[in-house]
Amino acid sequence: MKTKKFNEGIWNESINLRDFVTKNITPYHGTYNFLVGPSDKTQKLWEICKLGTKEERQRNGVRSVDTDVISGINAFKAGYIDRENEVIVGLQTDELLKRAMKPFGGFKVVEKALSEHGLKPNDSLSELFSKYVKSHNDGVFDAYTDEIKKYRSLGYLTGLPDNYARGRIIGDYRRIALYGVTRLIEAKKQDLAAITGPMTDKVIRLREEVSEQIKALKEMIGMGKAYDLDLSRPAENAQEAVQWTYMAYLAAVKEQDGAAMSLGNVSSFLDIFIERDLEAGLINEEEAQEFIDQFVMKLRMVRHLRMEAYDEIFAGDPTWVTEAIGGMLADGRTKVTKTSFRFLNTLYNLGASPEPNITILWSESLPQNFKNYCAKVAIDTSSIQFENDDLMRNTRGSDDYGIACCVSYQELGKSIQFFGARTNLAKTMLLALNGGRCEFTGTQIVEGIPEYTDEYLDFDKVMANFRIAMKEVARVYNDSMNIIHYMHDKYYYEKAQMSLIDTNPGINIAYGIAGLSIVADSLSAIKYAKVKPIRNEQGLTIDFEIEGEFPMYGNDDDKVDFLASNAVAEFNNELKQLPVYKDAEVTMSVLTITSNVSYGKKTGATPDGRAQGIPFAPGANPMHGRDCNGAIASLNSVSKINYDDSKDGISNTFSIVPKSLGSNEEEQIENLATTLDGYFSRNAQHLNVNVLNKEMLMDAMENPDNYPQLTIRVSGYAVNFVRLTKEQQLEVITRSFHESM
Amino acid sequence: MIKTTENTIRVHSIESFGTHDGPGIRLVVFLQGCKLKCLYCHNPDTIETSGGTEYEVEELVKISLKMKPYFGKKGGVTVSGGEPLLQAKELIPFFKRLKEEGIHTNVDTNGRILNSYAKILIDEYADLVMLDIKHMTEEGYVALTGVSCKETTFNFAAHREASGKNMWLRYVLIPEITGKPELLHDMGNYFKDYKTIEKIEIQPYHKLGIHKWEALGWDYQLKDARENTPEELEEAAAILKQYFREVKIN
Repeated sequence: MKTKKFNEGIWNESINLRDFVTKNITPYHGTYNFLVGPSDKTQKLWEICKLGTKEERQRNGVRSVDTDVISGINAFKAGYIDRENEVIVGLQTDELLKRAMKPFGGFKVVEKALSEHGLKPNDSLSELFSKYVKSHNDGVFDAYTDEIKKYRSLGYLTGLPDNYARGRIIGDYRRIALYGVTRLIEAKKQDLAAITGPMTDKVIRLREEVSEQIKALKEMIGMGKAYDLDLSRPAENAQEAVQWTYMAYLAAVKEQDGAAMSLGNVSSFLDIFIERDLEAGLINEEEAQEFIDQFVMKLRMVRHLRMEAYDEIFAGDPTWVTEAIGGMLADGRTKVTKTSFRFLNTLYNLGASPEPNITILWSESLPQNFKNYCAKVAIDTSSIQFENDDLMRNTRGSDDYGIACCVSYQELGKSIQFFGARTNLAKTMLLALNGGRCEFTGTQIVEGIPEYTDEYLDFDKVMANFRIAMKEVARVYNDSMNIIHYMHDKYYYEKAQMSLIDTNPGINIAYGIAGLSIVADSLSAIKYAKVKPIRNEQGLTIDFEIEGEFPMYGNDDDKVDFLASNAVAEFNNELKQLPVYKDAEVTMSVLTITSNVSYGKKTGATPDGRAQGIPFAPGANPMHGRDCNGAIASLNSVSKINYDDSKDGISNTFSIVPKSLGSNEEEQIENLATTLDGYFSRNAQHLNVNVLNKEMLMDAMENPDNYPQLTIRVSGYAVNFVRLTKEQQLEVITRSFHESM
Repeated sequence: MIKTTENTIRVHSIESFGTHDGPGIRLVVFLQGCKLKCLYCHNPDTIETSGGTEYEVEELVKISLKMKPYFGKKGGVTVSGGEPLLQAKELIPFFKRLKEEGIHTNVDTNGRILNSYAKILIDEYADLVMLDIKHMTEEGYVALTGVSCKETTFNFAAHREASGKNMWLRYVLIPEITGKPELLHDMGNYFKDYKTIEKIEIQPYHKLGIHKWEALGWDYQLKDARENTPEELEEAAAILKQYFREVKIN
């Protein structure tokens, strides 16, 4: 039987994936009963992958590295796991879990990462990079001011992408499957021809960028040939659609090692091809699931070469292959398809996993069967996260978007973002109490803040000083970002990903803050209790005495919750005043990844009673143990942070013991789905869900080999629990696990 | 009686994510004060009739409204305790307001109080009553709760049945003490013709409250009792299923 023709539309005339999906999608409202288990081939492959990851853990996290070849789209010959069982092929290098050098972010970083594993790069490369080739990292430090370096080394600005690749850009990987590379090259050539003088900086740069993109597309054809795939033409069936899409993603992760390289929202696009083949009787459900299982397996095997220091901010070797699933179309139909279910089903067929970072775009209007299945998967695996589709679709304007990195909206193929790491807002607040000096070193950071000598802290005075500090920190933060992104474009341009995005896309810069709950509770203590600073001989506050009680963030108390939402609004507003490279739109996130532990270390005692060095709460979470009116009061506090002030995302991690969610599976599913409906109806943006017992985590610390796939959600992503450092594991265990009375 | 000023309710604590005290997700308001002193009480700090925090009715309504988005189709507000009906008079305006706001209401009670206020509260404003059947024998009832006349609780059940409004039974299952099969059959036979009983919940006995007894300086007399095995819970459920529409192990 011949396959039917796709419904036509403007996607036939121009590159327009949204139009193709909207015209051809088959929304699915049914249950998960149609799903099937893994095929024999899939199981055989997965056994090999599990052995590989075990060896990886045994070898201090790295199974092997190629130290001779600089990675690129077409740098390695074809690699296979077990060729005869692979229905979806392609590896980053010529061998499973072998990592590759991507030195344009910073050659010293590559050298360091290798030396930590007793390796070094090929001598000729060392010579090349020390004498002739400049990297992103070199460029940034040529331009950095002393001021930026000071803010960076003392911990006001942390985790900046100045010595690793920025990532966050999402190529529209569906494009190769729908159009084939040849058509994409033609379109880019047309764009290039239309970019004409006068030759200003901007125009010259864009012409160079588009030319680079065309080169990348040509290299992709070569990469496909190595696997006997003709990527120059569109995919003709479901297997090819999956394969082509994966090849596009593979080109990106061969060329780049960005901190987060999301996949986008490919599941319902692929479903269109799968439905067509199923309808024509060309494949059955087992084969459909096999394509997705093997695709996902490949995504789980993506690796980058990282330094150990990187682990502090992004623990557990994450890659953030974030796939956004579900959500609604602007016309009111759901984007949920059978392949949305098939993606989730990989968490059963292959077991729990942090990657791909599966993100459910939650809408009140999602089919109830899908809501329930998502809740079930979250309860069973603690591997998925949820974001508010109604909020993002309505305020950001598109129904065709992915999630960049952890939590950030990004329209696919139309816009990109510049990753901005984050500033330590709690440490910034301490500047207000110390005359603008660092609380540890006494280094003058900000001018113009009067020395604070009163016996007790006065809220209005502290706020006035805090505002001065925020303004200055924002200024230096913005300076650093402009330098970083200028240099990244210049020395480590993402030509593969950008070739799959419209020419000259919209850009938002993604700033971030850490330590929000500390700031809110500290300001609350100053306002509602009496806080007496204890100063050392240098006049620096080293501790605080708190007299009386004060409301704490996480209990649905407007008095303190307003202090949190206001701090977010004020800092975002400071950032908005500043000029951004490439005129990017300013957005900000409240997100920490795992860096809440290291930021805590770099921050002195705070007026909320937190002792020096104690980890912050992650993301926008209330501080551990301070949210004592139950889970919903805690959720409500976080939901009060206004998304308009933090459009890059507001991360909240919700951990609950299974029993507290309900007496049996049916109740637990219903209660979790209802909780998500409730939370998102209050315009909250993001929720990580962990349904776990603390005892299991403690056992996993003792016996890691028994829990190779134990996955937990941390701020904005998921990790293998056993791959966290001991310190980070303990921090996770001390977090609030909601239990009922 | 507990002394409360007009329109205030004496609250022990509030749980915003109650999933074991009535249908769906519930705001559970634990009230201060109870005339019983059940040996297994897991909230012994709610027994004293003094203490607690006074909340104005409107304050509690405001908190309930903030939780309303999470109630979904089934959830709502449960008053528990302590014994909520000790404050039946003060609860009337609270429940009245909740009904005006379209919120499902539930009273978790031992059924020892059926004065005119309690009648108004449960007849007119409580969508659900969860009645704790402590023990089926007078002797057992006294030993467990410290008060006599189990009939009071049964009369309460009969009143609810007559009103035609929904009721759940709850029963704490303690091996040997309340877990004996003949007691379960007695309960089944007694209530089998009731039409308003939607389900019965078995509350497996647990010792999580012991530290609270110790903190109060009270002697925990059930130290020797043990928790149920999963098999015992299933057996008890199987017996009760012969008499009740729905049996749930909570």
